[in-house]
Amino acid sequence: MSDWRYHFSHNLGTLTAVGLFVLMFGIYIGNHEAGLNPAVATTAANKAVLLALVAMAQTLPVLTRGLDLSVGMIFVMANCLASAIVVGTIGQGLAGCIAVLFMGLAAGFINGAIVVYGRLQPIITTLATGAIYYGIALWIRPSPGGDVQYDIADFVTGQLFGTVPTSLVVLLVVVLVIWIPYRSSVLGRGAYAVGSNEQAAYMSGVPVDRAKIAAYALGGLIAALGGLILTFNTYSGEASAAIGGTYTLNSIAAVVIGGTSLFGGWGSAIGSIFGAFVLRTIEDLLFVFDLPPLWQPLFQGVVLLVAISLGAIRVFRIRNRLELFT
Amino acid sequence: MMAKGMTQRIGLDMPVMIAFGCIILLLLAGSLYSREFLSPDYLLQQLQVGAFLGIIASGAMMVILLGHIDLSIPWTVTLGAMMATALGGWIGEPGVWLAIPFGISCGALIGVLNGLGVAYLRLPSMIFTLGMNAVVQGLMVLHTGGFAPQDHATDAMHFLAVKRTIFGIPNALFVWALVGIIVILILRRTAFGRAVYAIGNRESVAYLSGINTNGVLIGCFAFCGACAAFAGVLLAGYSTKAYQAMGDAYLLPAIAAVVLGGTNILGGRGNYLGTIAGVILITLLQSILSVMQMPEAGRQVIYGAVIISMLLLYGRGARTRS
Repeated sequence: MSDWRYHFSHNLGTLTAVGLFVLMFGIYIGNHEAGLNPAVATTAANKAVLLALVAMAQTLPVLTRGLDLSVGMIFVMANCLASAIVVGTIGQGLAGCIAVLFMGLAAGFINGAIVVYGRLQPIITTLATGAIYYGIALWIRPSPGGDVQYDIADFVTGQLFGTVPTSLVVLLVVVLVIWIPYRSSVLGRGAYAVGSNEQAAYMSGVPVDRAKIAAYALGGLIAALGGLILTFNTYSGEASAAIGGTYTLNSIAAVVIGGTSLFGGWGSAIGSIFGAFVLRTIEDLLFVFDLPPLWQPLFQGVVLLVAISLGAIRVFRIRNRLELFT
Repeated sequence: MMAKGMTQRIGLDMPVMIAFGCIILLLLAGSLYSREFLSPDYLLQQLQVGAFLGIIASGAMMVILLGHIDLSIPWTVTLGAMMATALGGWIGEPGVWLAIPFGISCGALIGVLNGLGVAYLRLPSMIFTLGMNAVVQGLMVLHTGGFAPQDHATDAMHFLAVKRTIFGIPNALFVWALVGIIVILILRRTAFGRAVYAIGNRESVAYLSGINTNGVLIGCFAFCGACAAFAGVLLAGYSTKAYQAMGDAYLLPAIAAVVLGGTNILGGRGNYLGTIAGVILITLLQSILSVMQMPEAGRQVIYGAVIISMLLLYGRGARTRS
């Protein structure tokens, strides 16, 4: 296979998600009365970036053949913490932001440490730690409220040079500063190796334990960044189990739509970003097409189920039935 | 030797014994706080509340034994409750008699759809049942939104969920016992049950051994859906009506109960005695924390911490290098 064809088939999942998003967003803009202007783009971006970050956070453990059911709760916990400590002057606010990110990193690290050293299954581990993080969020903010540093919030949710939504730039920075270096680092390549075959990775001298812990910890960090940006959007914090649950579940859906295999070792966080964009655009499409509100949840559910079922295409390409049982 | 054989036969292995030990510890700790915790009345009350979780966990266990998971439980519970209560409004008098079977069959239908997706489309159960949950949620929003369907529980549901007919033992407990006996019989006395364990251990080998693996997958998911819907029907009887999102609080406790009972979340290993222990443990833990007037925040933290620490005691996996 020639070089570009290899790259094409390797990134097919991501490209499909990108194509799906461009198509849907095109239909959305075509039917939007205001068309594409910075205000419309910023509103869409501010909502989409939240799920995109949580989906990126979910991708890292999934690549190691794990799962993080606590990403939504880390997101909510960061939201509550940010609404309490990202206040005061700009300097104090920035210090608060760093503290929030650090807490996300710590939460992710705890997940990873329990999975690696406790040798518990990721699903059940993160289910339990998710309850703990939700408890902490409730403890910080028993009832919705709080405040946030307005200058930073307005900067992040506004536009750069009056045209580009700043939140998209933040997302791009995360990709360039965290994902791309991570992807080519020893730990990142180790994560893919562990996801493909943990025994073989161990035998080949891949730092299995460190790769797994790093995946969970970085996931926690990125989820916390999402929670921080949520606070900038809403100017408040809310410890809501519903929000956490919805983001966790949608993050898994976004990861799958973005072409990452839930069996590990295959996929990319960039695909997940576009998977998240696709999910968000579905909601916007319902809005511009003026679907009766009662039908919206059903329509959303059916679209989600159909998008997921696209993964069944591999069944038709299989040469030997035994390959089905992976 | 004799004793060991006996304990093995009824499934009293290490995890199950530790789980039961923890239940006794919890009760003792609770009794230090208040004598009420050891009174038969309180215990029966807990078992009645636990019965709903127990029925859901029975279905969840069948799916987890296969190495799969069913995330559509929350809205299947709600579906069961809503369909059963609405039937009377649709077809009148016969609906009162058909309400419970109708609710259960709706849940089983969702389970069959889940099974078809997992078995024939070969999609990971986690993601397919997640999508199914969203679809059922959409259907239920549509069901309750446009017009006001009948949502009051029938007398039969109330009877099964709340009343105490024999020796003051809650009827719900008998219902759970019945479901439990069915699960035990299926798992221990039928070829289907052996196939469940076989698929949980290695599906390709089960397939090569001539087991109709897809049929077993669909059967287990259908059973799980039916159990969830049945619990929904009983919950509607317990709270006299069906309402939106009534099943949301049951997904995580059900999975936690099954896993705390020693069932391997990757499938192939576990027995029903453990699930009983897990259900009682979770119910007691929730009850004691709420009786002690622990704020919700503390309850969540302790709840999560207890699950992790118990699993660290006996649920650890093998090392990579071995």
